[in-house]
Amino acid sequence: MTGAVAVALVASACGGGSGGSGGSSAGASGRGPITYVQGKDNAGLLAPQVARWNAAHPTEKVTAKEQSDKADQQHDDLVQHFQAKDPSYDVVAVDVVWTAEFAAKGWLTPLTGKLALPTTGFLAPTVKAATYNKTLYAAPTSSDGAMLYYRSDLVKTPPKTIDEMWSMCSIAKKNGMDCFAGQFAKYEGGTCNATEWMNAYGAKVVDDAGKPTVDSPEAAKGLQVLADHYKNGDIPKQAITYQEEQSRQSFEDGKLLFLRNWPYVYNLASTDKSSKVIGKFAVAPLPGVSGPGTSTLGGHMAGISAFSKNKATALDFLKFLTSPEEQKTNMEKGSLAPVLESIYTDPALVSKYPYLPVLKESITNAVSRPVTPFYPAVSQAIQENFFAAIQGQKTPQAAVKDMQAAMQSAGS
Amino acid sequence: MSAVAQSTRGSTKGKPPKERGLHAGQGRQGLLLVAPTLVFLAIIIIYPLLRAIYLSFQKDEGLDPATKLFVSGGSAGLSNYTHWLLQKCGNVDCPPGTIGALFYDALWVTLFFTAVSVIIEVLLGIWFAMIMNRDFKGRGLVRAAILIPWAIPTAVTAKLWYFIFAYDGIANRLLGGVGISPRLWTSDPWSAKFAIIIADVWKTTPFMALLILAGLQLIPGDVYEAAQIDGASKWQTFVRITLPLVKVPLMVAVLFRTLDVLRIYDLPAILTQGAGGTTSLSMLVINQIRQGGFNNASALSTLVFLLIAFTAFLFIRFGGADVIQRPPSSKKKKDQEPAVGNPVAANATSMGA
Repeated sequence: MTGAVAVALVASACGGGSGGSGGSSAGASGRGPITYVQGKDNAGLLAPQVARWNAAHPTEKVTAKEQSDKADQQHDDLVQHFQAKDPSYDVVAVDVVWTAEFAAKGWLTPLTGKLALPTTGFLAPTVKAATYNKTLYAAPTSSDGAMLYYRSDLVKTPPKTIDEMWSMCSIAKKNGMDCFAGQFAKYEGGTCNATEWMNAYGAKVVDDAGKPTVDSPEAAKGLQVLADHYKNGDIPKQAITYQEEQSRQSFEDGKLLFLRNWPYVYNLASTDKSSKVIGKFAVAPLPGVSGPGTSTLGGHMAGISAFSKNKATALDFLKFLTSPEEQKTNMEKGSLAPVLESIYTDPALVSKYPYLPVLKESITNAVSRPVTPFYPAVSQAIQENFFAAIQGQKTPQAAVKDMQAAMQSAGS
Repeated sequence: MSAVAQSTRGSTKGKPPKERGLHAGQGRQGLLLVAPTLVFLAIIIIYPLLRAIYLSFQKDEGLDPATKLFVSGGSAGLSNYTHWLLQKCGNVDCPPGTIGALFYDALWVTLFFTAVSVIIEVLLGIWFAMIMNRDFKGRGLVRAAILIPWAIPTAVTAKLWYFIFAYDGIANRLLGGVGISPRLWTSDPWSAKFAIIIADVWKTTPFMALLILAGLQLIPGDVYEAAQIDGASKWQTFVRITLPLVKVPLMVAVLFRTLDVLRIYDLPAILTQGAGGTTSLSMLVINQIRQGGFNNASALSTLVFLLIAFTAFLFIRFGGADVIQRPPSSKKKKDQEPAVGNPVAANATSMGA
């Protein structure tokens, strides 16, 4: 009953039908105060950032609105405002995987013509992830790539290939710890990890035209390797309950030799009072089959709402967010991976943050998750079948076959 | 005012005398008095309900292959219902990994949760209520202690048990103490189901106990005295006297709990996030909304509504869960409930709300 009511309330908000070409360039020259909406700012970056802009643009002030810290809730909040064609959301922060959906619904303004955003100097995968139907719909503001954290006190040279990594599991066994873990719970992180393993063996989840191509021997091989090493204990049993935080905890407690995780772990693991691995770990690119592997691309971008009245100001704000100064501040104060190539090669920064070159390699090699308006359904298809395959409830061959079928049915 | 009263009095004139009495002549005035409430309910309940049912016959937005933009779908006929009930995704059977394919799993697991946790809660609830009903030193303290879990919000309860059931959490340490190897409480199919049932029972048994206690307290002591004089055993006293006399509040409690579990969302959503086959029907509705299938989700929530409405009907019609206090004139003969039954039921309704 409550369910029915909730659906009706949400759905009736879109009674007018929100499809079509909302993304016109109406208001392209509009200037004036705007609102910037993003998820919860845990690092305290947002207020000073907006203050810097407001000091320089007294007639085009930006008001910041923070959403919750849960991605699902941020998504729901944006969808509700877009469906109501609310002009009070001008610039919105968008997770990389939402771009295609919002663009296809006509909710984001294409960054073309008068509103074109120059993208030279950006890391290529971040621009690709912001592009839908050959049109740029958002400005990448932060990126993310996975890295391999390893215990440098126990492993002298980090493994370059996956097989090399498994062969080092004997070190873990000798020290009474677990060998390798990523995030294998049934949630979005599981999708990131699963695609990384399938990509590592040469699979493509979708082809360049966006058609699912995951039903391949390569994809099955990636899942097979994971399932095998889950079964033989190289991956601990509890890893299928791990999200980012649980796996970080295990690594910081000194219980894990190799950890696949995002860059945010670096600062925490070297500063947390409870961390038992301070000074005892380092990072390397994810291992691949014969060289560095491919990470899944994470991160956020900022788009201009199709219903914004002051799009010219909004575009200037996008340029401000992606300026080298702001990118650098975000990196130093909040560990957000920059989207500009120049920052990764700044010698002063590299000496201060030794993981930067590894991170750059991770992001430039990164593969973005399928860019599709049906992303949630695609992610669900991957999660469900990956979760069944790693636990051995399904053969990897059957899992990729079902993944393919489920992804195809999502688009119909 | 007086005109109304007069006319209502007039209208009852021709009716048989048994209609007269305490409730005679209240018809129109009563209607006027409840009218604002009825209008209010129509706006906040009936309209959304009808709207949801209407939407469930509309297609969801689809992608126009030429522009790659979404266009609205038009009429869907019954396809949103066949999607769930017959597992049809377009022209093919829903492949594993789609939300549609999870429907029957979600239905069975929801019914499983309902059956198992309500049975356990009834048994524990009666037991707790009998304890609380006795006279002993520190009874107030025991009552308060039993009630604490019910006072904690479900989301907090779920997070609490999430930590207890973590791989290196208390549950596994206790099991380790008696030599049982640790379980994956939030991922392993059977463990995850029982993790949810354990947390649900922990949280809601107090509610059950409270309603049953209210019933127990209204049983006059001389009934038991008489039973004692007749030489009834403890078991006979329980089965022949206590159970029949608490039947109405008990059935009301069971009804509320059953409906609650049938629409359970927060506990599995936080505790297991649906891992290990613990996605409930309500979670499926939300997942479908998140994937943009609003109209399709309306069909699913209509199905959930029908399931819940049907269950409630069965309980009230055949189970004796009489949540509405009937006026004496319309009381049926077959109702052999004691006079104490109905006030308790009315009391319970206001508590459950």
